[in-house]
Amino acid sequence: MTRALAIEAEVTKRYGARTVLAGATLAVRRGTVHALVGENGAGKSTLVKVIAGIVRGDGGTLGLGDRVIPAGDWDRVRARAARIGIVQQHGASAGTLSVVENAVLGAEPVRAGLLALDGVAAALRAQGRAIGMDVDPHARVETLSLGAAQRAEIVAALHAGADILILDEPTAVLAPVEVEGMLAMLRDLAARGVTIVIVTHKLDEVRAVADDVTVLREGRTVATFSRRPTAAASGDPLGDRPEGFSAASGPLDPAAIARAMVGAELPQPTLLPEPPATAPAMLELADVTVGTALTRATLRVRRGEVVGVAGVDGNGQRELALAIAGLVPATGAVAIGGAAAAGTSPARRLALGLAHIPEDRHRGGLLLDATIAANLALGRRDVTGRFVVDRAAVAKHAAARIVELDIRPADPAAVVRGLSGGNQQKVVVGRELSRPRLRAVVACQPTRGVDLGAVARIHDRLRAVAVAGAGVLVISADLDELLALCHRIVVLLRGAIAGEVGGDALRAPGARAALGALMTGATAA
Amino acid sequence: MKRELQAAAIAVLASLAVGSVLMLVVGVSPVRVWGTMVERTFTDEYNLGQMLFAATSLALCGLAVALALEAGLFNIGAEGQLAAGVLACSTLGAALPAGTPAPIAIPVCLAAAAGAGGLVAGGVGLLKATRGAHEVISSIMLNFVVAGVSLWLGNELLFVGGATTGAPIAPGAELPHLGLGGSSVNAALAITLAAAAAVWWLRDRTTWGEAWRAVGRDPAAARSAGISVERVQVLAMTASGALAGLAAANLVMGYKHAFEDGLGRNTGFLGISAALLGRSHPAGVIIAALLLGFLQAGGLAVAELVPKELTEMLQGVVVLAVAASVPFVARARARAPKEAA
Amino acid sequence: MSVRRLLILLVAINAALFAGGWLFVPAPAPKAGAGVRVGIVFDVGGKNDKSFNEQAYNGLRLAERELGVVGTFIEPTEGVPRETALRALAARTGDDKLDLVVGVGWVFSSDLERLAQLFPDVNFAGVDYAPSSGAGTLPNLVGLRFREHEGSFLVGAAAGLATHTKVVGFVGGMQIPLIKKFEVGYRAGVAHVCPDCRVLAAYAGSDPRAFSNPPLGQQLAGAMYDDDADIIYHASGKTGDGVFAAARRRGQRAIGVDSDQFAIAPCCVMTSMVKRVDLAIVDLVREVIAKKFRGGMRELGLAEQRVGFVADEHNRLLLPPAVVNKVRALSDEIIAGKIQVPWQ
Repeated sequence: MTRALAIEAEVTKRYGARTVLAGATLAVRRGTVHALVGENGAGKSTLVKVIAGIVRGDGGTLGLGDRVIPAGDWDRVRARAARIGIVQQHGASAGTLSVVENAVLGAEPVRAGLLALDGVAAALRAQGRAIGMDVDPHARVETLSLGAAQRAEIVAALHAGADILILDEPTAVLAPVEVEGMLAMLRDLAARGVTIVIVTHKLDEVRAVADDVTVLREGRTVATFSRRPTAAASGDPLGDRPEGFSAASGPLDPAAIARAMVGAELPQPTLLPEPPATAPAMLELADVTVGTALTRATLRVRRGEVVGVAGVDGNGQRELALAIAGLVPATGAVAIGGAAAAGTSPARRLALGLAHIPEDRHRGGLLLDATIAANLALGRRDVTGRFVVDRAAVAKHAAARIVELDIRPADPAAVVRGLSGGNQQKVVVGRELSRPRLRAVVACQPTRGVDLGAVARIHDRLRAVAVAGAGVLVISADLDELLALCHRIVVLLRGAIAGEVGGDALRAPGARAALGALMTGATAA
Repeated sequence: MKRELQAAAIAVLASLAVGSVLMLVVGVSPVRVWGTMVERTFTDEYNLGQMLFAATSLALCGLAVALALEAGLFNIGAEGQLAAGVLACSTLGAALPAGTPAPIAIPVCLAAAAGAGGLVAGGVGLLKATRGAHEVISSIMLNFVVAGVSLWLGNELLFVGGATTGAPIAPGAELPHLGLGGSSVNAALAITLAAAAAVWWLRDRTTWGEAWRAVGRDPAAARSAGISVERVQVLAMTASGALAGLAAANLVMGYKHAFEDGLGRNTGFLGISAALLGRSHPAGVIIAALLLGFLQAGGLAVAELVPKELTEMLQGVVVLAVAASVPFVARARARAPKEAA
Repeated sequence: MSVRRLLILLVAINAALFAGGWLFVPAPAPKAGAGVRVGIVFDVGGKNDKSFNEQAYNGLRLAERELGVVGTFIEPTEGVPRETALRALAARTGDDKLDLVVGVGWVFSSDLERLAQLFPDVNFAGVDYAPSSGAGTLPNLVGLRFREHEGSFLVGAAAGLATHTKVVGFVGGMQIPLIKKFEVGYRAGVAHVCPDCRVLAAYAGSDPRAFSNPPLGQQLAGAMYDDDADIIYHASGKTGDGVFAAARRRGQRAIGVDSDQFAIAPCCVMTSMVKRVDLAIVDLVREVIAKKFRGGMRELGLAEQRVGFVADEHNRLLLPPAVVNKVRALSDEIIAGKIQVPWQ
């Protein structure tokens, strides 16, 4: 069966002198799940924002159904009328309003001069139930978890009548269990005729959910893939097929997609040799307790060792990292490089040889309105000098980090707010892992919301500091990441260390299952 | 830069328009009033000097507010810090032996002025850093405390001869006048320019400045990167108060040469306008202080033509116009990116 | 709207306003009058402060009416150096040249000294002038000081004689030596006629806003009336309106200051301590016209009839004739030097 195209777009967009989209094309078949993939900075988010009317394109056209509109004339109001809904990466809800208030924002139903929300609330609840997503219409958005807030936005978009639903990195904020539910729900919606565009860079998700794939690189469409080649060919908008185009049938080939994304083969990760048991401890925790969120955490990371902390979000990971960095009041003992650090200031701990990559780069990681160079030198007296800033040293430091992590744009004077998430994270990692005399590293969700290329770079850096003699603690909700990096993995459950998997058991086929059981409390180890 | 100029042009034109409407309401010709303001201020050496004199105090208070603002602190207490500077500077100046040579007397009095202002504001910073007391509340309360202490000391000890003026400071502590038709503008103007340069240097060229701005932009990120937010708050407030206190040099050492109750009253509050107008940049603050000084001096020049309430309103109109035009320009340019680059 | 369009619009608006003003607003007629020219600079309160600034303004109006002089004035905004305003008047030349420049308020004292030296051919006067230490007498500067303590002594005596509770009150504005003079004289007057009377005293604040805070005046006075005071004297500018409001609510008596304040609260204003700034200014203008202006301090008190208390047909019911007679007798004793009224 040949299905009509729901979206056929070709868009150019510039921010100042920077071209973000250079005629990127996207053709989406009606009623399919279409994955838009690419590294961070490739232009994925910008492309979907132009389609959703949030950002105005500079050139090109948007074809919707049988209409063709210049991209420069499109806006949110028209997009809404064309039944295009979007759920943005960082959420677009007003935190102090309730779910239902956000849903009607800009189109408030009024009865007798008063806001009439009850009907909408009931409709939202029903809509949520229909697609298996429970929402509480009266909950204030800022009280919801990121996953729940996102679900509420999806339900609200569907309630508004969207038959094209765009999701920008919907799984970045979700726990593994939630991801499965989300993907199933997307398939279900597509089966009901809703057209889904999902922006992602996780290839296993692509494999699990997508009918078609479009790969963007540096603002251009470099490849398209399809599970059903005949259907794709009949609606193929790309007269001149770019290099890397694949029409292979059957399961999409993640390796080919990854090649198209980064433009080169990814290096295979190499596991570091395990340090000897006699290696000195670089990071030691004894009975560290933070209120009720973390109880009596005891942990030891040896020189050259990478230890993972797994767990479902909200089981004390955040507090563990903050307690080590000295950013929350905690009891118990902390030693960094063998020196007792409990009760000392964050600055003192950094001076002892600690590096801390905070959980959320937007909250406590970066000065968003400062430049890349300033962020790389933030608090780094070893770079800036004690009092008068050594500007040459700062520039040199920035240039070195930009090369080391391939930060883009490679402009030390670029303001961090304008960077993609992956490049922002590289800036944090660059600053923290370039500290001199590193003894202990706490990396909290180091690659959350980051593209494949950046993940590889960040993982390489974490391995490098371990090889150089630091003890590394990686806290992550992503088991793949931990398995790729760590010598052993401890699991946090309800604020306490529930168990540990290491050595040969970690490389055995049952490792995932064992960790999963620990994370949900099904067994004790 | 273009953005700043556009915002300034809009603000000036809007203020002119609002001012002109007000003038027409009270029945005078706008051309006559504006013309008189400009003519009397810039053709008469004395009036020009008075404008610079007013701008000197305003600039110091503006720099004080701007510096704290960089560290994310709203120092609304420049008024009280200035009053503390006046009290300390004039009391110590009067206590010096009459024969004290200038190379000793001037630094001592400057240190007293800056020290007293710094002490008052440093206390605010300390309360913020250790107790989380909001600096707006505590600094505005200290305004009252300083005014009360100052008047009480005046009544008990300082006032001489039934006036509200104290004994004169040692002649060595007087700052030389700059001439300009016998106006009050004095060497404190040079001190102010030096202070502005020092603030700029601290802000843009030192780790202190970087730490202040980091705390101002995102205290959580600063703390996480190993910057002591508490130390920055205390230091920034102390430095801010010292700048406000230095305005006493202009008023006491350069002008009155004695303690006087209410000397410089309101200047601390106008300093907030100067800081906001000047977008917290030292050069911007100097320009804003000159503009406000012009409105004050020029307002006096047209005092016969328009009621004083109108010139007072005008100062508020200018601040409002700037506050409104800056985001307007930013948004207009964001909507039309072709204009940018 | 684009930035460019807004700029064009604003330029157009301004052009229209300028042109409109230019075409339709007539230039102010130059003040006619061949006589003597007088300029006044007011204190922060401005010419309509219902207190001594207004008294000075009334003096200027009186001189214009009766003596045919040409008057002009400046009301400086807060924060402006007062000297600039004085100087603007003093520096006038040609047809605009002023013969007398008056600064109203103690804050002008040192500025007047400086300007009198700078402009030796202009006459200066300061109301409530307090000479800086070491300042000698200048031939072209007159300092007007009122012996408010003498007038305050008389209203204090009136209060001491008229009180039923043997408790009377005093509400001051800003706590400065000038206002303490009122309190000291008042206390002395009360004590003179009623040694076992108590005087309650309070001030409204530590900056000039204390002279314009009626709600606080009402609170302070209310508290005194609650503490058994039945007569309250105020020296607090507009803040006194609150004192009168409290008196009206409780049906008690109050004493006004500076001008005759009976009309503000005819129920309650027993008398007022008047300080005739207006007459003092007219006196000065007369001297200038007669070319008899001589520098130096002028102490104006009961003897000169420039301070005093009000006893006329309006307040007859509130101020019994017996009290009036006794107070008049005391006034004579002060003028004769038999009673020395303290002032600090």
